[in-house]
Amino acid sequence: MLRKFLPHPGLSALLILTWLLLVNDFKWGSLVFAAILSVAIPLLTAPYWPDRPMVKNWLAAAEFMLIVIYDIVKSNITVALIVLFKPKSQIQPLWVTVPLDLRTPEAITVLAGTITMTPGTVTADMSADGRALLVHCLDATDADAIRDDIKSRYETRLMRIFE
Amino acid sequence: MFAEILVAALLVISGVFALVGSYGLIKLPDLMTRLHAPTKASTLGVGGALIASMLHAIVWRNEVSWHELLITLFLFLTAPITANFIAKAHMADKLKSGDLPPTGTDRDWATLDLSEEPVQPVMTPPGQPGRPS
Repeated sequence: MLRKFLPHPGLSALLILTWLLLVNDFKWGSLVFAAILSVAIPLLTAPYWPDRPMVKNWLAAAEFMLIVIYDIVKSNITVALIVLFKPKSQIQPLWVTVPLDLRTPEAITVLAGTITMTPGTVTADMSADGRALLVHCLDATDADAIRDDIKSRYETRLMRIFE
Repeated sequence: MFAEILVAALLVISGVFALVGSYGLIKLPDLMTRLHAPTKASTLGVGGALIASMLHAIVWRNEVSWHELLITLFLFLTAPITANFIAKAHMADKLKSGDLPPTGTDRDWATLDLSEEPVQPVMTPPGQPGRPS
């Protein structure tokens, strides 16, 4: 019964929080409207998202977020320096294949997003069987080093969070 | 006074990063490398302005403003997806399997894979059309 009306309890809680933050002020009326939205939106989107994302280890998730924020700041500076000071002819773009050990769609999505937000790399595509990611590097020569870095820094942590 | 210096410094830093991100669009040679400049350099550009805005609200108006946190969240959600869609459109339009490294698995990259097999892992079951039950 509860499962039928709240297919995604986590999403519902997030929607309430998001609505209250959007209002930017606590009023009981907005809480009621947030509650209505938090039931209606997950019900309407449930057919497109049958599974629940399974975060098994919230401590590891918090650690992962801190690492990603640090890497985003670092990557901004790295990319800015390349754009400003490296001559156009010396920038060497490179495609890298990253084989995946992750299997759940949510975990792969988080990994792909993280790669795009961090040092000099953008996720371009996934192999059709979901076992490898195609990553584009702005300026790199060693594909193996980048692959190992992504796997050890992000994927092992995501394995602990989701699987 | 200290807060004023901090807010001013954050605004200058964010302005510099936003400028570098835009300059990258002119300087970098092709679409895939151009994709790097706005997705990265502008994150810190927008982020700095948002932190400055929150700080300003706390110090001068004595209230906490939450909109900035939401903007950060939406930005982090949308930036990688936009970059991914642009990259996929570029792949479908301009690139062939030979231009890309091998997948190392049995099937080609999803954008270039023209077989009838569904892309894995399957997220949405075929399901019935119409209203959700």
